[in-house]
Formats: sequence, structure tokens, C-alpha cells
Amino acid sequence: MTCGEAVSAYLFRAIGVGERLLPSNDIGICEQAILIGSGVMWNIYFALFAVILGFFAATALALGKFDGGKFTKKFCELFIYFFRGTPLFIQFFFAYELFVLLPRLSIDIPLGFTTITAETRWFTRAWLGAAIVLFLNTAAYSAEIFYGALRAIPRGEVEAGAALGLSRWQRFRLIVWPTMLRLAWPSYTNEAIFLFHATTLVYFSSFPAWQQKGDALYYANYFAEKTFNPFIAYPIVAAYFIAVTLFLIFVFGRVNKRLTRHIF
Amino acid sequence: MFEFCTDPKSLETFQWFSCYLTTPKHMSMYYSLFTVVALILLTAPFGLMFGFMGAFASRSKNMIIRILGKGYTSIVRGVPDIVFFLFVPIALDQAIEFIRHKTLCWDVTEPIWRGNDFVVCRAAKMPLSEAAVWTHDVYGFLLAVVAFAFVFGAFCSNVLAGALKSVPRGQIEAGRSMGLGERQIRRLIEVPQMWIYALPGLSNLWQLLIKSTPLLFLLGVEDLVYWARELGGSKTSAYAYSHADWRLAYFTVLLLFYLLVTSISQRGFERMRKRLARGQNFSGAS
Amino acid sequence: MILKSLGTTLGVMALTATVAMSDTVRMGTEGAYPPYNFVNDKGEIDGFERELGDELCARAELECVWVKNEWDSIIPNLVSGNYDTIIAGMSITEERDAVIDFSDAYFPSDPSAYVGLAGADPALINGVVAAQINTIQASHVASSGAQLMEFASPDETVAAVRNGQADTALADKAFWEPIVAESNGELEFVGEDIVLGAGIGVGVRESDGELKAKFNTAIASMKEDGSLNTIIKKWFGEDAATFE
Repeated sequence: MTCGEAVSAYLFRAIGVGERLLPSNDIGICEQAILIGSGVMWNIYFALFAVILGFFAATALALGKFDGGKFTKKFCELFIYFFRGTPLFIQFFFAYELFVLLPRLSIDIPLGFTTITAETRWFTRAWLGAAIVLFLNTAAYSAEIFYGALRAIPRGEVEAGAALGLSRWQRFRLIVWPTMLRLAWPSYTNEAIFLFHATTLVYFSSFPAWQQKGDALYYANYFAEKTFNPFIAYPIVAAYFIAVTLFLIFVFGRVNKRLTRHIF
Repeated sequence: MFEFCTDPKSLETFQWFSCYLTTPKHMSMYYSLFTVVALILLTAPFGLMFGFMGAFASRSKNMIIRILGKGYTSIVRGVPDIVFFLFVPIALDQAIEFIRHKTLCWDVTEPIWRGNDFVVCRAAKMPLSEAAVWTHDVYGFLLAVVAFAFVFGAFCSNVLAGALKSVPRGQIEAGRSMGLGERQIRRLIEVPQMWIYALPGLSNLWQLLIKSTPLLFLLGVEDLVYWARELGGSKTSAYAYSHADWRLAYFTVLLLFYLLVTSISQRGFERMRKRLARGQNFSGAS
Repeated sequence: MILKSLGTTLGVMALTATVAMSDTVRMGTEGAYPPYNFVNDKGEIDGFERELGDELCARAELECVWVKNEWDSIIPNLVSGNYDTIIAGMSITEERDAVIDFSDAYFPSDPSAYVGLAGADPALINGVVAAQINTIQASHVASSGAQLMEFASPDETVAAVRNGQADTALADKAFWEPIVAESNGELEFVGEDIVLGAGIGVGVRESDGELKAKFNTAIASMKEDGSLNTIIKKWFGEDAATFE
């Protein structure tokens, strides 16, 4: 297979487009690089899903732990304690076993022009179930980071806002939130990178691969087993991850510049 | 274990469980707990050692050493740890056997890589084929320790480099004005003084290390996850103790176990922080 | 030292005759595929292949040690020399034969069967089908047009059918039989059996011709005196397929 053929056959294989069967003999470096690259899409999807939703959940959890009522505070503390205190890998196993016990229901969601039937068994699929676990996990870790930042906000800044007659919401939006983000940002960048790396665990825990659609490591593992040579497939994965990690650092760095622009 | 366990099928619930939970297979699971703890305790010092090497290398005046140190720290941190865990033990094992083959069987002309096969002479096998089973287990475990230490060393190196930078310049200058050499400054001032700055990062890493031990299972070491999956799966009557799929229960126990370990170590670190903060001109001191 | 002095004169021989020297053979198996091989409550490897393997080693005058390895990486660990044989219900297929060698079959070509929940529609063998990763069954499903769902262990495919994630699961029929029989009618065979692969053999490295020959001799002698069929019947029941 030439490289051009490999591109058309496997570029989008991870989402089910292209050649149905994975390469099984005469596996060249092109097939490996392209198929593994197509798997990276899943890692990016999982990371985006979890980080974006997790960001809002984490803000809420951090505020709850910092400044919530008695019950809210306890709940937020326990949530953070549980997810930070246990290994993600076992959380995946556990969640999967839990999801399969859900009663099998389907709910019709009318969208006007068409209807989607949502099924509870989607929870056992990686794209939903594993993404939820990652979301809860990063929400807890980020919440602890945000909570630490909230504690470090100088009292004077908030009091100055109050003296200016700002409402509670205005004080939060204009003073507390931006300061919290600015203080938390370096640690939060690290957490986002960790989470991106953790997406490789999805297909190594219980979540099954459907139609051999998997993430980068799923395909790397496939090749390592087919070619009996781990010295090509795993370095390819490593290269992809370094590239995406550098990009992540770049994007978070830009945000950091915006957050701190009034300081410099 | 107990005398009444000879015929499990006839037992009452309580007795059945007391027999079931003490089968040799369950004992292997309890034993694997020590494997996990041993891994953590062995990885920590080795990781720290790799960390020091990385941190000092990335500050070295020699450009090549500096590039090696910085490359190690940033490349390993840029790649998911699981990739290294799948890769380092195999690479290391083959490297060791390759070197042993070249030294012990230098007169063998057959190539080592033949098609897909990786064949070294019998004397170069590591451990030898006829070695006892436990030697193979220990060897596999040690490969895992190296893989873990390699990965965590890079993270450590990053933390230590940051901590070394945080040691107040005045202290180092004071040392210099007393006529101390670079090495003495490093040994007498920088290293003892940096711990307080490194501690938060190191305690984080320690927790990370604990939480990454379930990955041992992917390295072929029979750890808690391996046994939880093996024992929890449904068992037909081919087994003396047949039962339905109990994996959820086993994983619950694992979650609780890890929660316990991480909580205990968090307390330990809090104590250590207080002790280190004593006598420091540092806001955390109290 | 012995190897060195031998090596100069025998050179190549010393290497290919790896097992001839001290005769410890490491036998790799999965330990999760009853009744072929499993880990019993004592924590030992047990099952048809344990009994057979021990007998083969006795006949070939080899000293054998059993090694457990995840199915997923069982071939890579053979070729990199972590053990010397695979005896793990592994069907002889062209694809595998290209990278490792197989002894003659010690178990006749066994049909694979689909299992689903009781009353399942036979058309469901083209629905969502669970199979263990890297098995002949998985590649059969992948090329059959059904939706393949891959799991790391055979046990998980059973669970997937039980809780309705998969419509059916495909595995060796002998693996299913005790599970279906003990499911209180919950599970049933679906559709026709299919025959995949050319029987089950002992996997060895391609460079290990001598070991392969020893196993072939031992297997032939067990076929001849009928003891192989006796062991098969012991583990798979009176109706199991045997050798002529």
C-alpha cells in the first residue's frame, strides 16, 4: 500500500470512515502513522469534552467548597476527595461495571425536523461513558486548584469592590473570577495536559472498542501486536502526543497572557 | 484454609464466604498488595535519584549534558506515562539480553533478530529459562520499577529544578562570600534548603505515583487490578466456588483501598511540611 | 563456559538446539479460558491444556514450567523469548502461521458458536457481536459485516451479552457449553455453528524447529495410543470432537 492509498483508507478510520478492515500484513510505516494519527482524534475529543465541561463544573465545585452552605460544602468536599483520592484507571473499570447495570431505556428527543432516540446503553460506549468519567475526574482536580486560588485572593481586592458598591455577582465576575483564574492558570495548564494524556487509558480499561474504532494507543497496541515490533508504533504515538501537548501549552500560554495583560 | 472448606458447595453463606475469601487464589490477591506497596517504596527513591540527575543536568554548564537533561524532563512529561510503561520494559529487557548475548556468546554468528524472532543464546537469557518462577516474577517487577522511576524521575526533575531556583540568592551569595566552592554550595546550602520548596510538588507526585500503580497490570505484573478482574469475573461450576459477575464489588474494594492509602499519605505530608517549615523565614511556617 | 567451548565447534547448533541443553521449557498460557486453561481456586493453572501439556512434556522428556500471560500480548512475548511455547487454545491460522510456527493440532478443528439471550433472533449474528480481541472470532466478525465489539478477556464478552450491550458473542463452542448450560436458560446458542481455523496447536518460535519436532512426536504418540482422545473427552464431554 502506498502512502497515498493509506491516507484515503485510514485517515478517518477511527470514526468509521474508510477501509473497514485494519491492515494485517505488510504493514508499512505510513499505515501506522496515519491510523495512529486518526486515533488521536479520539484523544482530542475526550480531552475537549472533559476540559470544557469540567471547567464550569470545577468553578462551581470550587465556589461550593469555598463559600457554600453546610450541605453544599460537604458535598463538594466529598466529591473532590473521592475523585482525587482514587486512580482514574479503576474509576474507569468501576464506572463501566456500573453503567452496564443501568436499566435499558430509550428516550425520544424531538428536534423539530427529526427525532433522536437517546438510549441509556450509550453510557457503556466510550464516547459517552468514558468521557463522563474523564469529565468528573478533571472537574475534581481543577476544582481543588481553583479552590486553592480562591483562598489566595487578597481580601483587600474584594473589599475594595464592595466599597465601590459592586453587587455580589459583579464582585464575582469582575474581581474574584479573573483573579482566581490568573492565580490558578499555571497549575490548571498542567492539569489539562495530564487529562489529555489520561485519555489514552480509555480503551485499556473496560470500555470496548466498536468496529475497531479506537484512540491512538489502541491502534499502536494493535500494530505492536501485529508486527511484534514496539519500536515503531509507540514512538509514533509519543510524537503525536508531544506535538499536541506543545500546542496545548501554546494555547494556554496565550490565554495566560490575556489574563495577566493588566499586570505587565 | 479452614477444615470445613473441603466441600464448598454444601456450605452456608457465612462459612462459604470465609472459605471463599481465603482460597489460595485470594491469598495471591492479598499478597499482590505487598507488590503494589513495594513498587511505590522502591520507585520513590529511584525516581528521586533520576530527578536529581535530571535537575542538575539541566543546569549544567556543559551544553550536551544540559540538552540531555532538559530533553529527558520535557519529552517524558510530554508523553502519556502508559506509553512508556508499554515500551520501556520491553526495550530494557531486550537491551539487557542483547548485551549479555554479545558478551557471553560472542562466538555465535547467527543473527539475534531472525524475522520476527528475538533469539539470544541460552546463557544470555535474563533470567535463565531454568531459573525458579519467582526469579522471573522479581525480574519483571524490577523492570516495572525502572519504567516507573524513569517516568516519575522526569516529573521529579521538573519539581527539583524549580525548587533549586527558589532558594534565595542571598543564601547562595552568603556561601560564596564565605569562600565555599560550587560543590560545597550545592551540598551545604542548595540541597538542604530546597526541600521546603520542593515538598508540595513532591507530595503531589507521590499521590500521582500511588494512583498510577494500577497500570502495573498492563506490564504483566499481577497486581490488585489483575486479581480483581480475575476473581470478580463470573465462575462456572468448573471452579470450586462458582458465582456470578462480582467485579463491581471487587472494584469497590479497590477504590476504598486506594482512598485509604492516599488519605494516609496526605496526612504524612502535612506533618512533614510543618516540620520542614520550622526555622524557615517562610510564610508557611507556623 | 560449556556454551562457549561448544559454540566454537558447533556454532549454529548450539543456538537452534536451545531446548536440548538443559530442557526447561517455559509454557505460556492465558489462564482465562475454561475449560481449555484457567486458574483454579488454588491459584494454579488448570484445565485441558494443563493436563495435556504436562503429559506432552513428560513424553518429550522436557521439564516444563507454566507461565501466565495476557492474551493480548501472548505472541509478542513468545517471539521476544519470555517463554518458549504458547498452549492457550490458539487456533492455527494462516495469519499467525506467518509469524510463529505451530505443532500439529492437538485439538481438532472446533466449531465456533454465537450465543445470545434466550429467544434471540438468528439474524442477530449480524448485529452487534462481542468477541475477544486478536482472536479468529474477532477477525471473522470484522470481515463478516456485523458490528464488532472487542474485549480483552472472553469473560467480558459473556457479560456484554448478559447485560444486552452486545446482541451475540462469538467464541469457541467448547468455551460456551458450560456457560450456556449453567445460565438457567438465560443464554442460548444462536444460528449455525461455524468452523474457523485448522484446529489448535502448540505455538513455537519459527527458529525453534527442534522444540516443534519434539512436540509433534509427543502429540503423535498420544494420538496413537488414544490418550489424547481420553483427555479431550474428560474435559469437553463424551460428545466432543476427537481424533480418528
